[in-house]
Amino acid sequence: MYDPTVARLTYRALLGRRRALILGALPLLLIAISVVVRGLAGADDQTASDLLGGLALATMVPIIGVIAGTGAIGPEIDDGSVVYLLSKPLKRPTIIFTKLIVAIAVTMVFSALPTLIAGFILNGNGQQIAVAYTIAALVSSIAYAAVFLLLGTVSRHAVVFGLVYALVWEALFGSLVPGARTLSVQQWSLAVADKVAGGDLISSDVGLTTATVLLVAVTVLATWYAGQKLRALTLAGEE
Amino acid sequence: MAVEHPVTTPSGDQTRIHNIGYRSYDGPRLGRAYARRSLYSQSLRGAYGLGRSVKSKVLPMLLFVVMCVPAAIMVAVAVATKAKELPLDYTRYAIVMQAVISLYVASQAPQSVSRDLRFKTVPLYFSRPIETADYVRAKFAALASALFILTAAPLLVLYVGALLAKLDFADQTEGFAQGLVSVALLSLLFAGLGLVIAAVTPRRGFGIAAVIAVLTISYGAVSTLQAIADAQGSTGAIPWIGLFSPVTLIDGVQSAFLGASSAAPGGIGPSNGEGAVYVLVCLGLIAACYGLLMRRYKKVGL
Repeated sequence: MYDPTVARLTYRALLGRRRALILGALPLLLIAISVVVRGLAGADDQTASDLLGGLALATMVPIIGVIAGTGAIGPEIDDGSVVYLLSKPLKRPTIIFTKLIVAIAVTMVFSALPTLIAGFILNGNGQQIAVAYTIAALVSSIAYAAVFLLLGTVSRHAVVFGLVYALVWEALFGSLVPGARTLSVQQWSLAVADKVAGGDLISSDVGLTTATVLLVAVTVLATWYAGQKLRALTLAGEE
Repeated sequence: MAVEHPVTTPSGDQTRIHNIGYRSYDGPRLGRAYARRSLYSQSLRGAYGLGRSVKSKVLPMLLFVVMCVPAAIMVAVAVATKAKELPLDYTRYAIVMQAVISLYVASQAPQSVSRDLRFKTVPLYFSRPIETADYVRAKFAALASALFILTAAPLLVLYVGALLAKLDFADQTEGFAQGLVSVALLSLLFAGLGLVIAAVTPRRGFGIAAVIAVLTISYGAVSTLQAIADAQGSTGAIPWIGLFSPVTLIDGVQSAFLGASSAAPGGIGPSNGEGAVYVLVCLGLIAACYGLLMRRYKKVGL
């Protein structure tokens, strides 16, 4: 199911040349902000929770997820070089699975790890906040990577749709219409984090069971469907 | 078998092997200004998907509608409830709808410049009688105009609605004018930032994500820091932090000089002196974007 060569190529496509630097700029910014906040405000649990929840989990994880998830396959389909990969004797689901693993790994390294570091800088993991948000970031990395990888195989405008989901649906509608929160990767991962941390600083609008079921279902279905899409891929010309 | 012909050097007119009747063009030459205008109008149309495929019309038109609908709803509410004022200031509208504006810049800036870079068509533009400066100015002006249309249209809806609801004419006109100045500044700033980022990468998808990341993450970071500074009681720091993100920059300029109330935490806008710094930073950023674009296209134009 996992092909090391495809994985190596995908890593190179995602992190090659200066792209790793640009991806690395976001986590560095988060850590820099946490240092500033710690200096300004001292260790405060509420502040730490606000910063990690508002900046790290709500903005950074989705954006890195979009870059890694769609970047793992989108550009290849876009410039047509995916045919060279598809003509190799590899199962299409294997290609998708490998790219998914790479996308998840990249998202986790560039979003969950800095969340953990930022959490420790902000309040030294008081009330398990750092660990809880790191787990939320890890869990949502998996779901985001799977969903955005699927988007990358479905549409040429995957990045825009991914960002519309992450910013408009989760952030804007999620804050206005409570019902929209049930269908939000962010809330599902918060439910898991809530269970782990146990404190009252982290709360989610979704129950743990629902969240877990939905997370697993979305990840598996998205991966499966992406494999199906790749099996019957038609290369569209330039619009 | 090639037979060795003795090389005779023909003299006079006989150097021509074939004359298939090409004639030189002797019609009017439309020149540099025309080429620049065409590039501008094509880019502006392209920013709304006009003259492109149906698929690429969907997103810009959708964002335009999303931008205008809340304004229409506000007008309807104001008329129905016979309110004395609109529920939202003209200057505040763009700040509230910043997610839509950011998405528009992020999706249209790369489509305006990244594809030229990726398919290496930039040298073809410069085979026309235009210079680097013409290309950069045309693209910059086109995106800024597209953004101005996007941000000014809902203000127009609000203004017309306010007049229909018989709100105070002088008051509304002043607010509308202030709003227009502020969105014009916002359009220039956002267009500049979007184009600079998009011109660096030939990958469209990556450009979109990078523009969004710069616009939203800087705003998220700045507003978080401002909220913390507000909670800590160090209110003097709030205006200075606001300098570091495009949205708060515009917010600061308009709350200092355009009679807007600041959207910053605690409603603390910059004083007049700080406001001058805001304006300088804002204009400086626009100029810097223009300079960076010029530098970039000096290089890739060859």
